[in-house]
Amino acid sequence: MASNLEVNKKSAITVTSTKKTLKQTTKDHISGYLYIAPFFIIFGVFGLFPIVFTAFISLHKWNILGTREFIGFKNYQLLFTDPLFWKALGNTFSIWVISTLPQLFLALVLAFILNSAFLKGKQFFRLAVFLPNITSVVAVAIIFGAIFGEKYGVLNYLLSFIGIDPINWKGSYFGTHVAIASMVMWRWTGYNTIIYLSALQSISKDLYEAATIDGASKMQQFFYITIPMIRPMVIFTVILSTIGGMQIFAEPQMFAGAGGGALDQGLTMTLYLYEEAFVRNSFGYSSALAWVLFLIIVLFSLVNLFITNRIKSAE
Amino acid sequence: MNEVGVKWYSPGKLFTYLVLIIISILSIFPFYWMFVIGSNHTSAINKFPPAFIPGASFFQNAQNVFINIDFFKAIMNSVVTSTAITVSVLFFCSLAGFAFAKLEFKGKKWLFVFIIATMMVPAQLGIIPSYMIMAKLGWIDSLNAVIVPGMVNAFGVFWMRQYIGATIPNELLDAGRIDGCSNFKLYYAVVLPSVRPALATLGLITFMNVWNDFLWPLVVLKDRSVHTIQIALKTLNGAYYQDYAMILAGTFMATLPILIVFLMFSKQFIAGLTEGSVKH
Repeated sequence: MASNLEVNKKSAITVTSTKKTLKQTTKDHISGYLYIAPFFIIFGVFGLFPIVFTAFISLHKWNILGTREFIGFKNYQLLFTDPLFWKALGNTFSIWVISTLPQLFLALVLAFILNSAFLKGKQFFRLAVFLPNITSVVAVAIIFGAIFGEKYGVLNYLLSFIGIDPINWKGSYFGTHVAIASMVMWRWTGYNTIIYLSALQSISKDLYEAATIDGASKMQQFFYITIPMIRPMVIFTVILSTIGGMQIFAEPQMFAGAGGGALDQGLTMTLYLYEEAFVRNSFGYSSALAWVLFLIIVLFSLVNLFITNRIKSAE
Repeated sequence: MNEVGVKWYSPGKLFTYLVLIIISILSIFPFYWMFVIGSNHTSAINKFPPAFIPGASFFQNAQNVFINIDFFKAIMNSVVTSTAITVSVLFFCSLAGFAFAKLEFKGKKWLFVFIIATMMVPAQLGIIPSYMIMAKLGWIDSLNAVIVPGMVNAFGVFWMRQYIGATIPNELLDAGRIDGCSNFKLYYAVVLPSVRPALATLGLITFMNVWNDFLWPLVVLKDRSVHTIQIALKTLNGAYYQDYAMILAGTFMATLPILIVFLMFSKQFIAGLTEGSVKH
Protein backbone atom coordinates (compact mmCIF):
# COMPACT_ATOMS: atom_id res chain seq x y z
CA MET A 1 0.00 0.00 0.00
CA ALA A 2 2.68 2.46 1.06
CA SER A 3 4.61 2.02 -2.14
CA ASN A 4 1.47 2.54 -4.17
CA LEU A 5 0.86 5.83 -2.44
CA GLU A 6 4.38 6.88 -3.23
CA VAL A 7 3.91 6.05 -6.87
CA ASN A 8 0.73 8.06 -6.78
CA LYS A 9 2.61 11.09 -5.49
CA LYS A 10 5.24 10.67 -8.13
CA SER A 11 2.63 10.61 -10.86
CA ALA A 12 1.08 13.72 -9.38
CA ILE A 13 4.40 15.49 -9.79
CA THR A 14 4.80 14.38 -13.39
CA VAL A 15 1.39 15.88 -14.07
CA THR A 16 2.74 19.38 -13.85
CA SER A 17 5.90 18.79 -15.80
CA THR A 18 4.94 16.51 -18.71
CA LYS A 19 2.27 16.16 -21.33
CA LYS A 20 -1.24 15.22 -20.35
CA THR A 21 -1.25 11.87 -22.18
CA LEU A 22 1.73 10.65 -20.20
CA LYS A 23 0.10 11.60 -16.96
CA GLN A 24 -2.97 9.60 -17.84
CA THR A 25 -1.00 6.51 -18.88
CA THR A 26 0.92 6.50 -15.62
CA LYS A 27 -2.27 6.84 -13.67
CA ASP A 28 -3.89 4.08 -15.67
CA HIS A 29 -0.98 1.77 -14.97
CA ILE A 30 -1.24 2.32 -11.23
CA SER A 31 -5.00 1.99 -11.03
CA GLY A 32 -4.99 -0.91 -13.49
CA TYR A 33 -2.63 -3.05 -11.46
CA LEU A 34 -4.26 -2.00 -8.22
CA TYR A 35 -7.77 -2.91 -9.40
CA ILE A 36 -6.83 -6.34 -10.67
CA ALA A 37 -4.59 -7.11 -7.67
CA PRO A 38 -7.34 -8.64 -5.47
CA PHE A 39 -7.92 -11.40 -8.00
CA PHE A 40 -4.26 -12.26 -8.24
CA ILE A 41 -3.78 -12.22 -4.48
CA ILE A 42 -6.76 -14.46 -3.77
CA PHE A 43 -5.94 -16.74 -6.69
CA GLY A 44 -2.30 -16.89 -5.70
CA VAL A 45 -3.03 -17.95 -2.14
CA PHE A 46 -6.08 -20.17 -2.61
CA GLY A 47 -5.60 -21.24 -6.22
CA LEU A 48 -2.09 -21.30 -7.57
CA PHE A 49 -0.21 -22.20 -4.41
CA PRO A 50 -2.44 -25.19 -3.60
CA ILE A 51 -2.09 -26.45 -7.17
CA VAL A 52 1.68 -26.35 -7.08
CA PHE A 53 1.75 -27.78 -3.58
CA THR A 54 -0.51 -30.62 -4.70
CA ALA A 55 2.20 -31.62 -7.14
CA PHE A 56 4.72 -31.61 -4.29
CA ILE A 57 2.49 -33.70 -2.02
CA SER A 58 1.81 -36.16 -4.81
CA LEU A 59 5.47 -37.19 -4.73
CA HIS A 60 5.20 -38.17 -1.08
CA LYS A 61 3.60 -40.67 1.16
CA TRP A 62 1.78 -38.20 3.33
CA ASN A 63 -0.84 -38.74 6.01
CA ILE A 64 -3.02 -36.53 8.14
CA LEU A 65 -0.42 -36.14 10.90
CA GLY A 66 1.95 -34.58 8.40
CA THR A 67 4.52 -37.37 8.48
CA ARG A 68 5.83 -37.65 4.98
CA GLU A 69 8.24 -39.69 2.98
CA PHE A 70 9.50 -38.89 -0.50
CA ILE A 71 8.58 -41.69 -2.87
CA GLY A 72 8.97 -40.08 -6.29
CA PHE A 73 6.38 -41.06 -8.86
CA LYS A 74 5.25 -44.14 -6.99
CA ASN A 75 1.79 -42.71 -6.31
CA TYR A 76 1.31 -42.26 -10.03
CA GLN A 77 2.51 -45.78 -10.76
CA LEU A 78 0.12 -47.11 -8.18
CA LEU A 79 -2.68 -45.08 -9.65
CA PHE A 80 -2.34 -46.55 -13.13
CA THR A 81 -2.50 -50.08 -11.79
CA ASP A 82 -5.40 -49.29 -9.47
CA PRO A 83 -8.58 -50.92 -10.82
CA LEU A 84 -10.72 -48.46 -8.86
CA PHE A 85 -9.11 -45.55 -10.67
CA TRP A 86 -9.97 -47.04 -14.06
CA LYS A 87 -13.47 -47.76 -12.87
CA ALA A 88 -13.86 -44.17 -11.70
CA LEU A 89 -12.54 -42.91 -15.01
CA GLY A 90 -14.96 -45.11 -16.95
CA ASN A 91 -17.92 -44.06 -14.82
CA THR A 92 -17.07 -40.39 -15.19
CA PHE A 93 -16.88 -40.59 -18.97
CA SER A 94 -19.98 -42.73 -19.25
CA ILE A 95 -21.99 -40.24 -17.19
CA TRP A 96 -20.52 -37.34 -19.15
CA VAL A 97 -21.49 -38.76 -22.50
CA ILE A 98 -25.07 -39.64 -21.62
CA SER A 99 -25.63 -36.33 -19.89
CA THR A 100 -23.83 -33.82 -22.10
CA LEU A 101 -24.44 -34.82 -25.69
CA PRO A 102 -28.26 -34.97 -25.52
CA GLN A 103 -28.25 -31.95 -23.26
CA LEU A 104 -26.42 -29.59 -25.60
CA PHE A 105 -28.37 -30.79 -28.59
CA LEU A 106 -31.67 -30.27 -26.81
CA ALA A 107 -30.52 -26.86 -25.59
CA LEU A 108 -29.71 -25.77 -29.12
CA VAL A 109 -33.11 -26.90 -30.39
CA LEU A 110 -34.88 -25.16 -27.50
CA ALA A 111 -32.93 -21.98 -28.10
CA PHE A 112 -34.01 -21.92 -31.74
CA ILE A 113 -37.61 -22.50 -30.72
CA LEU A 114 -37.49 -19.79 -28.07
CA ASN A 115 -36.03 -17.40 -30.60
CA SER A 116 -38.89 -17.82 -33.09
CA ALA A 117 -40.59 -14.57 -33.90
CA PHE A 118 -44.13 -15.89 -33.58
CA LEU A 119 -43.78 -17.38 -30.13
CA LYS A 120 -46.15 -16.12 -27.43
CA GLY A 121 -45.31 -16.40 -23.74
CA LYS A 122 -41.55 -16.25 -24.30
CA GLN A 123 -40.96 -14.91 -20.80
CA PHE A 124 -42.76 -17.83 -19.21
CA PHE A 125 -41.05 -20.52 -21.26
CA ARG A 126 -37.61 -19.04 -20.70
CA LEU A 127 -38.25 -18.94 -16.98
CA ALA A 128 -39.60 -22.49 -16.98
CA VAL A 129 -36.62 -24.01 -18.78
CA PHE A 130 -34.16 -22.09 -16.65
CA LEU A 131 -35.79 -22.82 -13.29
CA PRO A 132 -34.06 -26.17 -12.57
CA ASN A 133 -30.68 -24.45 -12.62
CA ILE A 134 -31.38 -22.61 -9.37
CA THR A 135 -31.70 -25.77 -7.32
CA SER A 136 -28.74 -27.19 -5.47
CA VAL A 137 -27.11 -30.43 -6.54
CA VAL A 138 -27.99 -31.81 -3.14
CA ALA A 139 -31.67 -31.02 -3.62
CA VAL A 140 -31.61 -32.42 -7.15
CA ALA A 141 -29.93 -35.60 -5.98
CA ILE A 142 -32.48 -36.05 -3.21
CA ILE A 143 -35.46 -35.42 -5.48
CA PHE A 144 -34.16 -37.64 -8.26
CA GLY A 145 -33.19 -40.27 -5.73
CA ALA A 146 -36.86 -40.40 -4.85
CA ILE A 147 -38.01 -40.32 -8.48
CA PHE A 148 -35.64 -43.16 -9.36
CA GLY A 149 -36.53 -45.26 -6.32
CA GLU A 150 -37.03 -48.93 -7.10
CA LYS A 151 -40.18 -49.68 -5.14
CA TYR A 152 -41.96 -46.40 -4.71
CA GLY A 153 -40.29 -44.24 -7.33
CA VAL A 154 -42.59 -42.32 -9.60
CA LEU A 155 -40.55 -43.25 -12.67
CA ASN A 156 -41.00 -46.96 -12.22
CA TYR A 157 -44.68 -46.29 -11.69
CA LEU A 158 -44.91 -44.42 -14.99
CA LEU A 159 -42.87 -47.10 -16.77
CA SER A 160 -45.30 -49.75 -15.52
CA PHE A 161 -47.92 -48.20 -17.84
CA ILE A 162 -45.90 -49.20 -20.86
CA GLY A 163 -45.29 -52.62 -19.46
CA ILE A 164 -41.77 -52.19 -18.14
CA ASP A 165 -40.98 -54.01 -14.90
CA PRO A 166 -39.59 -51.98 -12.00
CA ILE A 167 -35.94 -51.21 -12.62
CA ASN A 168 -33.44 -51.29 -9.81
CA TRP A 169 -31.82 -47.98 -10.76
CA LYS A 170 -29.52 -47.79 -7.78
CA GLY A 171 -28.29 -51.33 -8.11
CA SER A 172 -26.83 -51.29 -11.61
CA TYR A 173 -24.20 -49.42 -13.58
CA PHE A 174 -26.57 -48.44 -16.32
CA GLY A 175 -29.37 -47.38 -13.99
CA THR A 176 -27.08 -45.31 -11.79
CA HIS A 177 -25.44 -43.59 -14.74
CA VAL A 178 -28.78 -42.79 -16.34
CA ALA A 179 -30.15 -41.44 -13.07
CA ILE A 180 -27.10 -39.24 -12.49
CA ALA A 181 -27.05 -38.09 -16.10
CA SER A 182 -30.70 -37.11 -15.91
CA MET A 183 -29.96 -34.99 -12.82
CA VAL A 184 -27.26 -33.19 -14.76
CA MET A 185 -29.49 -32.78 -17.78
CA TRP A 186 -32.40 -31.51 -15.76
CA ARG A 187 -30.26 -28.93 -14.02
CA TRP A 188 -28.21 -27.67 -16.98
CA THR A 189 -30.24 -27.90 -20.20
CA GLY A 190 -32.09 -24.68 -19.45
CA TYR A 191 -28.90 -22.85 -18.60
CA ASN A 192 -27.31 -23.80 -21.92
CA THR A 193 -30.52 -22.91 -23.72
CA ILE A 194 -30.35 -19.39 -22.33
CA ILE A 195 -26.70 -19.09 -23.31
CA TYR A 196 -27.47 -20.16 -26.89
CA LEU A 197 -30.48 -17.90 -26.97
CA SER A 198 -28.32 -14.95 -25.99
CA ALA A 199 -26.01 -15.75 -28.89
CA LEU A 200 -28.92 -16.03 -31.31
CA GLN A 201 -30.37 -12.72 -30.16
CA SER A 202 -27.06 -10.95 -30.48
CA ILE A 203 -27.02 -11.59 -34.24
CA SER A 204 -27.99 -8.36 -35.92
CA LYS A 205 -31.17 -8.56 -38.01
CA ASP A 206 -29.39 -6.42 -40.63
CA LEU A 207 -27.15 -9.36 -41.45
CA TYR A 208 -30.12 -11.50 -42.42
CA GLU A 209 -31.73 -8.66 -44.31
CA ALA A 210 -28.58 -7.97 -46.26
CA ALA A 211 -28.22 -11.68 -47.01
CA THR A 212 -31.81 -11.87 -48.18
CA ILE A 213 -31.27 -8.92 -50.50
CA ASP A 214 -28.18 -10.66 -51.87
CA GLY A 215 -30.33 -13.67 -52.60
CA ALA A 216 -29.09 -16.04 -49.90
CA SER A 217 -31.52 -18.83 -49.05
CA LYS A 218 -32.67 -19.52 -45.47
CA MET A 219 -30.40 -22.56 -45.47
CA GLN A 220 -27.39 -20.54 -46.56
CA GLN A 221 -28.21 -17.94 -43.95
CA PHE A 222 -28.29 -20.62 -41.30
CA PHE A 223 -24.90 -22.04 -42.25
CA TYR A 224 -23.11 -18.82 -43.11
CA ILE A 225 -24.58 -16.47 -40.53
CA THR A 226 -26.23 -18.32 -37.65
CA ILE A 227 -23.73 -21.12 -37.12
CA PRO A 228 -20.57 -18.97 -37.25
CA MET A 229 -22.17 -16.35 -35.00
CA ILE A 230 -23.15 -18.77 -32.24
CA ARG A 231 -20.00 -20.87 -32.53
CA PRO A 232 -18.17 -19.11 -29.69
CA MET A 233 -21.07 -19.88 -27.36
CA VAL A 234 -21.18 -23.51 -28.50
CA ILE A 235 -17.48 -23.83 -27.72
CA PHE A 236 -18.05 -22.12 -24.39
CA THR A 237 -20.80 -24.54 -23.37
CA VAL A 238 -18.89 -27.61 -24.57
CA ILE A 239 -15.81 -26.64 -22.57
CA LEU A 240 -17.89 -25.72 -19.53
CA SER A 241 -19.77 -29.02 -19.65
CA THR A 242 -16.51 -30.89 -20.03
CA ILE A 243 -14.95 -29.26 -17.01
CA GLY A 244 -18.13 -29.60 -14.97
CA GLY A 245 -18.84 -33.16 -16.06
CA MET A 246 -15.34 -34.41 -15.30
CA GLN A 247 -15.71 -33.04 -11.77
CA ILE A 248 -19.10 -34.53 -11.01
CA PHE A 249 -19.27 -35.31 -7.31
CA ALA A 250 -22.38 -34.46 -5.33
CA GLU A 251 -24.86 -36.37 -7.48
CA PRO A 252 -23.07 -39.74 -7.34
CA GLN A 253 -22.21 -39.27 -3.68
CA MET A 254 -25.82 -38.61 -2.76
CA PHE A 255 -27.38 -41.12 -5.14
CA ALA A 256 -25.05 -44.07 -4.95
CA GLY A 257 -23.97 -43.48 -1.37
CA ALA A 258 -20.54 -42.99 0.17
CA GLY A 259 -17.85 -44.71 -1.83
CA GLY A 260 -20.00 -44.83 -4.95
CA GLY A 261 -22.22 -47.78 -4.07
CA ALA A 262 -21.76 -51.49 -3.63
CA LEU A 263 -20.53 -52.07 -7.20
CA ASP A 264 -18.65 -48.76 -7.30
CA GLN A 265 -21.17 -47.95 -10.00
CA GLY A 266 -21.32 -44.31 -8.93
CA LEU A 267 -17.65 -43.86 -8.15
CA THR A 268 -16.51 -40.86 -10.18
CA MET A 269 -12.99 -39.46 -10.23
CA THR A 270 -13.75 -36.59 -7.90
CA LEU A 271 -15.64 -38.85 -5.53
CA TYR A 272 -12.65 -41.17 -5.46
CA LEU A 273 -10.40 -38.18 -4.82
CA TYR A 274 -12.60 -37.06 -1.94
CA GLU A 275 -12.69 -40.54 -0.43
CA GLU A 276 -8.94 -40.99 -0.64
CA ALA A 277 -8.21 -37.54 0.76
CA PHE A 278 -10.80 -36.97 3.44
CA VAL A 279 -12.03 -40.41 4.37
CA ARG A 280 -8.84 -42.47 4.11
CA ASN A 281 -6.52 -39.48 4.63
CA SER A 282 -3.97 -40.62 2.08
CA PHE A 283 -3.05 -37.13 0.96
CA GLY A 284 -0.16 -38.16 -1.27
CA TYR A 285 -2.15 -40.63 -3.30
CA SER A 286 -5.14 -38.35 -3.67
CA SER A 287 -2.87 -35.48 -4.74
CA ALA A 288 -1.55 -37.64 -7.55
CA LEU A 289 -5.16 -38.41 -8.41
CA ALA A 290 -5.95 -34.68 -8.45
CA TRP A 291 -3.16 -33.97 -10.93
CA VAL A 292 -4.12 -36.82 -13.19
CA LEU A 293 -7.72 -35.62 -13.08
CA PHE A 294 -6.56 -32.14 -14.03
CA LEU A 295 -4.51 -33.40 -16.98
CA ILE A 296 -7.44 -35.49 -18.16
CA ILE A 297 -9.68 -32.43 -18.02
CA VAL A 298 -7.18 -30.33 -19.98
CA LEU A 299 -6.66 -33.04 -22.60
CA PHE A 300 -10.32 -33.79 -22.98
CA SER A 301 -11.16 -30.07 -23.20
CA LEU A 302 -8.61 -29.68 -25.97
CA VAL A 303 -10.04 -32.66 -27.83
CA ASN A 304 -13.51 -31.17 -27.55
CA LEU A 305 -12.23 -27.77 -28.60
CA PHE A 306 -10.69 -29.36 -31.66
CA ILE A 307 -13.91 -31.18 -32.55
CA THR A 308 -16.06 -28.08 -32.04
CA ASN A 309 -13.70 -26.06 -34.18
CA ARG A 310 -13.93 -28.56 -37.00
CA ILE A 311 -17.70 -28.32 -37.05
CA LYS A 312 -17.27 -24.76 -38.20
CA SER A 313 -14.53 -25.28 -40.76
CA ALA A 314 -16.59 -28.04 -42.37
CA GLU A 315 -19.10 -25.42 -43.42
CA MET B 1 -37.79 -15.28 -39.24
CA ASN B 2 -40.56 -13.11 -40.68
CA GLU B 3 -43.64 -15.21 -40.84
CA VAL B 4 -46.26 -12.60 -41.54
CA GLY B 5 -49.34 -14.08 -43.10
CA VAL B 6 -48.83 -17.53 -41.63
CA LYS B 7 -51.72 -18.57 -39.43
CA TRP B 8 -50.91 -18.92 -35.74
CA TYR B 9 -52.26 -22.46 -35.57
CA SER B 10 -50.19 -24.03 -38.32
CA PRO B 11 -49.12 -27.61 -37.46
CA GLY B 12 -45.50 -26.57 -37.09
CA LYS B 13 -46.40 -23.97 -34.52
CA LEU B 14 -48.66 -26.28 -32.59
CA PHE B 15 -45.83 -28.79 -32.47
CA THR B 16 -43.47 -26.08 -31.22
CA TYR B 17 -45.83 -25.19 -28.40
CA LEU B 18 -46.29 -28.85 -27.57
CA VAL B 19 -42.53 -29.35 -27.25
CA LEU B 20 -42.22 -26.28 -25.06
CA ILE B 21 -45.10 -27.30 -22.84
CA ILE B 22 -43.67 -30.79 -22.33
CA ILE B 23 -40.25 -29.35 -21.52
CA SER B 24 -41.81 -26.88 -19.11
CA ILE B 25 -43.67 -29.66 -17.35
CA LEU B 26 -40.48 -31.71 -17.06
CA SER B 27 -38.73 -28.66 -15.65
CA ILE B 28 -41.36 -27.85 -13.09
CA PHE B 29 -42.56 -31.31 -12.12
CA PRO B 30 -39.70 -32.17 -9.73
CA PHE B 31 -40.40 -28.95 -7.79
CA TYR B 32 -44.05 -29.92 -7.52
CA TRP B 33 -43.26 -33.48 -6.62
CA MET B 34 -40.86 -32.36 -3.90
CA PHE B 35 -43.78 -30.60 -2.26
CA VAL B 36 -46.13 -33.52 -2.87
CA ILE B 37 -43.89 -35.91 -0.96
CA GLY B 38 -42.87 -33.31 1.60
CA SER B 39 -46.50 -32.70 2.47
CA ASN B 40 -47.66 -36.30 2.65
CA HIS B 41 -47.30 -38.75 5.49
CA THR B 42 -44.49 -41.23 4.99
CA SER B 43 -46.99 -44.07 4.71
CA ALA B 44 -48.69 -42.33 1.77
CA ILE B 45 -45.43 -42.38 -0.16
CA ASN B 46 -44.56 -45.97 0.52
CA LYS B 47 -47.44 -47.26 -1.47
CA PHE B 48 -48.07 -48.04 -5.07
CA PRO B 49 -49.19 -45.99 -6.95
CA PRO B 50 -47.37 -43.10 -5.24
CA ALA B 51 -49.13 -39.93 -4.15
CA PHE B 52 -49.57 -37.28 -6.83
CA ILE B 53 -51.30 -34.52 -4.92
CA PRO B 54 -50.08 -32.56 -1.88
CA GLY B 55 -51.13 -33.92 1.51
CA ALA B 56 -51.67 -32.26 4.88
CA SER B 57 -48.60 -33.43 6.77
CA PHE B 58 -46.19 -30.69 5.73
CA PHE B 59 -45.94 -29.10 9.18
CA GLN B 60 -45.50 -32.46 10.84
CA ASN B 61 -42.66 -33.26 8.42
CA ALA B 62 -41.14 -29.82 8.97
CA GLN B 63 -41.19 -30.47 12.73
CA ASN B 64 -39.24 -33.67 12.12
CA VAL B 65 -36.72 -31.72 10.05
CA PHE B 66 -36.17 -29.27 12.92
CA ILE B 67 -35.61 -32.17 15.31
CA ASN B 68 -32.96 -33.72 13.08
CA ILE B 69 -30.99 -30.70 11.93
CA ASP B 70 -30.55 -27.12 13.08
CA PHE B 71 -32.41 -25.85 10.04
CA PHE B 72 -32.53 -22.13 10.76
CA LYS B 73 -28.93 -21.98 11.87
CA ALA B 74 -27.95 -23.64 8.59
CA ILE B 75 -30.06 -21.19 6.60
CA MET B 76 -28.42 -18.31 8.46
CA ASN B 77 -24.96 -19.69 7.71
CA SER B 78 -25.87 -19.93 4.04
CA VAL B 79 -27.30 -16.40 4.01
CA VAL B 80 -24.20 -14.95 5.67
CA THR B 81 -21.78 -16.79 3.39
CA SER B 82 -23.68 -16.07 0.18
CA THR B 83 -24.24 -12.40 0.98
CA ALA B 84 -20.65 -11.75 2.00
CA ILE B 85 -19.25 -13.37 -1.11
CA THR B 86 -21.76 -11.70 -3.42
CA VAL B 87 -21.03 -8.19 -2.16
CA SER B 88 -17.32 -8.80 -2.37
CA VAL B 89 -17.45 -10.37 -5.84
CA LEU B 90 -19.54 -7.50 -7.20
CA PHE B 91 -17.04 -4.95 -5.96
CA PHE B 92 -13.76 -6.63 -6.85
CA CYS B 93 -14.89 -8.11 -10.15
CA SER B 94 -16.41 -4.89 -11.47
CA LEU B 95 -13.30 -3.01 -10.41
CA ALA B 96 -11.04 -5.48 -12.22
CA GLY B 97 -13.43 -5.62 -15.17
CA PHE B 98 -13.25 -1.84 -15.44
CA ALA B 99 -9.45 -1.96 -15.41
CA PHE B 100 -9.35 -4.60 -18.14
CA ALA B 101 -11.95 -2.89 -20.28
CA LYS B 102 -11.02 0.75 -20.02
CA LEU B 103 -7.55 1.28 -18.59
CA GLU B 104 -4.34 0.81 -20.54
CA PHE B 105 -1.49 -0.92 -18.75
CA LYS B 106 1.36 -3.17 -19.75
CA GLY B 107 0.65 -6.89 -19.97
CA LYS B 108 -3.08 -6.29 -19.77
CA LYS B 109 -3.88 -8.70 -22.56
CA TRP B 110 -1.87 -11.56 -21.11
CA LEU B 111 -3.08 -11.01 -17.60
CA PHE B 112 -6.63 -11.26 -18.90
CA VAL B 113 -5.85 -14.41 -20.84
CA PHE B 114 -4.35 -15.80 -17.65
CA ILE B 115 -7.56 -15.08 -15.75
CA ILE B 116 -9.61 -16.82 -18.43
CA ALA B 117 -7.25 -19.77 -18.27
CA THR B 118 -7.74 -20.11 -14.52
CA MET B 119 -11.40 -20.87 -15.22
CA MET B 120 -10.20 -24.11 -16.79
CA VAL B 121 -8.57 -25.23 -13.57
CA PRO B 122 -10.85 -27.47 -11.55
CA ALA B 123 -11.42 -26.37 -7.97
CA GLN B 124 -10.67 -29.87 -6.75
CA LEU B 125 -7.10 -29.78 -7.95
CA GLY B 126 -5.82 -27.84 -4.97
CA ILE B 127 -8.33 -29.06 -2.45
CA ILE B 128 -5.85 -30.86 -0.20
CA PRO B 129 -3.37 -27.98 0.27
CA SER B 130 -6.34 -25.60 0.55
CA TYR B 131 -7.56 -27.71 3.42
CA MET B 132 -4.11 -27.54 5.00
CA ILE B 133 -4.02 -23.76 4.61
CA MET B 134 -7.38 -23.48 6.33
CA ALA B 135 -6.17 -25.73 9.12
CA LYS B 136 -3.08 -23.50 9.56
CA LEU B 137 -5.26 -20.40 9.63
CA GLY B 138 -7.56 -22.04 12.15
CA TRP B 139 -10.49 -21.66 9.78
CA ILE B 140 -11.73 -25.24 9.79
CA ASP B 141 -15.30 -24.99 11.06
CA SER B 142 -15.32 -21.28 10.33
CA LEU B 143 -17.33 -19.63 7.55
CA ASN B 144 -14.16 -17.71 6.66
CA ALA B 145 -12.85 -20.85 5.00
CA VAL B 146 -15.65 -20.58 2.47
CA ILE B 147 -15.96 -16.79 2.23
CA VAL B 148 -12.36 -15.64 1.77
CA PRO B 149 -11.38 -17.82 -1.23
CA GLY B 150 -14.65 -16.84 -2.92
CA MET B 151 -14.23 -13.09 -2.62
CA VAL B 152 -13.29 -12.56 -6.26
CA ASN B 153 -13.49 -14.95 -9.18
CA ALA B 154 -12.37 -15.25 -12.77
CA PHE B 155 -15.84 -15.57 -14.23
CA GLY B 156 -16.95 -12.33 -12.57
CA VAL B 157 -13.94 -10.43 -13.89
CA PHE B 158 -14.55 -11.80 -17.37
CA TRP B 159 -18.26 -11.01 -17.23
CA MET B 160 -17.82 -7.44 -16.02
CA ARG B 161 -15.03 -6.74 -18.48
CA GLN B 162 -17.21 -7.84 -21.40
CA TYR B 163 -20.14 -5.78 -20.25
CA ILE B 164 -18.19 -2.63 -19.41
CA GLY B 165 -16.26 -2.89 -22.67
CA ALA B 166 -19.47 -3.13 -24.68
CA THR B 167 -21.66 -0.58 -22.92
CA ILE B 168 -19.52 2.32 -21.68
CA PRO B 169 -18.39 4.65 -24.48
CA ASN B 170 -14.83 5.90 -24.14
CA GLU B 171 -16.06 9.43 -24.79
CA LEU B 172 -17.99 9.30 -21.53
CA LEU B 173 -14.86 8.42 -19.61
CA ASP B 174 -12.81 11.03 -21.46
CA ALA B 175 -15.40 13.63 -20.55
CA GLY B 176 -15.12 12.55 -16.93
CA ARG B 177 -11.36 12.84 -17.09
CA ILE B 178 -11.52 16.35 -18.48
CA ASP B 179 -13.71 17.20 -15.51
CA GLY B 180 -10.86 15.97 -13.32
CA CYS B 181 -12.25 12.60 -12.22
CA SER B 182 -9.75 10.10 -10.85
CA ASN B 183 -9.96 6.54 -12.15
CA PHE B 184 -11.71 5.39 -9.01
CA LYS B 185 -14.17 8.26 -9.26
CA LEU B 186 -14.86 7.23 -12.86
CA TYR B 187 -15.46 3.68 -11.71
CA TYR B 188 -17.65 4.75 -8.86
CA ALA B 189 -19.64 7.56 -10.45
CA VAL B 190 -19.75 6.65 -14.15
CA VAL B 191 -19.20 2.93 -14.59
CA LEU B 192 -21.04 1.42 -11.61
CA PRO B 193 -24.37 3.16 -12.23
CA SER B 194 -24.33 2.18 -15.90
CA VAL B 195 -23.64 -1.51 -15.38
CA ARG B 196 -26.40 -2.26 -12.91
CA PRO B 197 -28.02 -4.95 -15.11
CA ALA B 198 -24.73 -6.85 -15.37
CA LEU B 199 -24.18 -6.46 -11.63
CA ALA B 200 -27.66 -7.79 -10.92
CA THR B 201 -27.04 -10.85 -13.08
CA LEU B 202 -23.59 -11.52 -11.69
CA GLY B 203 -24.87 -11.00 -8.16
CA LEU B 204 -27.65 -13.50 -8.62
CA ILE B 205 -25.36 -16.06 -10.27
CA THR B 206 -22.83 -15.67 -7.46
CA PHE B 207 -25.42 -15.83 -4.71
CA MET B 208 -26.94 -19.00 -6.13
CA ASN B 209 -23.58 -20.64 -6.73
CA VAL B 210 -22.47 -20.05 -3.17
CA TRP B 211 -25.86 -21.06 -1.77
CA ASN B 212 -25.64 -24.32 -3.72
CA ASP B 213 -21.94 -25.01 -3.20
CA PHE B 214 -21.29 -28.44 -1.79
CA LEU B 215 -17.84 -30.05 -1.97
CA TRP B 216 -15.69 -27.38 -0.35
CA PRO B 217 -18.12 -26.57 2.49
CA LEU B 218 -18.43 -30.32 3.07
CA VAL B 219 -14.66 -30.53 3.53
CA VAL B 220 -14.10 -27.51 5.78
CA LEU B 221 -17.37 -27.10 7.68
CA LYS B 222 -17.60 -30.20 9.80
CA ASP B 223 -19.28 -29.00 12.93
CA ARG B 224 -23.07 -28.85 12.85
CA SER B 225 -23.08 -25.27 14.07
CA VAL B 226 -21.37 -24.05 10.88
CA HIS B 227 -23.12 -26.31 8.39
CA THR B 228 -24.57 -24.52 5.41
CA ILE B 229 -28.02 -25.59 4.32
CA GLN B 230 -26.64 -27.96 1.67
CA ILE B 231 -24.50 -29.83 4.18
CA ALA B 232 -27.41 -29.91 6.60
CA LEU B 233 -29.56 -31.44 3.85
CA LYS B 234 -26.95 -34.06 3.19
CA THR B 235 -26.95 -34.89 6.89
CA LEU B 236 -30.72 -35.17 6.78
CA ASN B 237 -30.55 -37.47 3.77
CA GLY B 238 -27.83 -39.61 5.30
CA ALA B 239 -29.77 -40.45 8.45
CA TYR B 240 -29.95 -44.10 9.38
CA TYR B 241 -33.63 -44.35 8.57
CA GLN B 242 -34.57 -42.54 5.37
CA ASP B 243 -37.87 -40.78 5.99
CA TYR B 244 -38.47 -39.41 2.52
CA ALA B 245 -41.40 -37.23 3.55
CA MET B 246 -39.22 -35.46 6.07
CA ILE B 247 -36.19 -35.27 3.75
CA LEU B 248 -38.18 -33.73 0.91
CA ALA B 249 -39.97 -31.35 3.26
CA GLY B 250 -36.51 -30.19 4.31
CA THR B 251 -35.36 -29.97 0.70
CA PHE B 252 -38.45 -27.96 -0.15
CA MET B 253 -37.83 -25.50 2.68
CA ALA B 254 -34.18 -25.19 1.68
CA THR B 255 -35.07 -24.51 -1.95
CA LEU B 256 -37.85 -22.04 -1.19
CA PRO B 257 -35.65 -19.03 -0.28
CA ILE B 258 -33.56 -19.29 -3.42
CA LEU B 259 -36.69 -19.88 -5.49
CA ILE B 260 -38.26 -16.69 -4.10
CA VAL B 261 -35.10 -14.66 -4.66
CA PHE B 262 -34.88 -15.97 -8.19
CA LEU B 263 -38.52 -15.35 -9.07
CA MET B 264 -38.24 -11.81 -7.71
CA PHE B 265 -35.31 -10.99 -9.96
CA SER B 266 -35.96 -13.46 -12.76
CA LYS B 267 -37.02 -10.85 -15.29
CA GLN B 268 -33.83 -8.82 -15.00
CA PHE B 269 -31.81 -11.96 -14.60
CA ILE B 270 -32.87 -13.74 -17.76
CA ALA B 271 -32.86 -10.47 -19.67
CA GLY B 272 -29.36 -9.85 -18.34
CA LEU B 273 -28.21 -13.29 -19.44
CA THR B 274 -29.82 -13.11 -22.86
CA GLU B 275 -29.44 -9.49 -23.84
CA GLY B 276 -27.15 -7.49 -21.60
CA SER B 277 -23.88 -9.28 -21.87
CA VAL B 278 -23.59 -9.44 -25.61
CA LYS B 279 -25.19 -6.22 -26.75
CA HIS B 280 -23.49 -4.75 -29.77
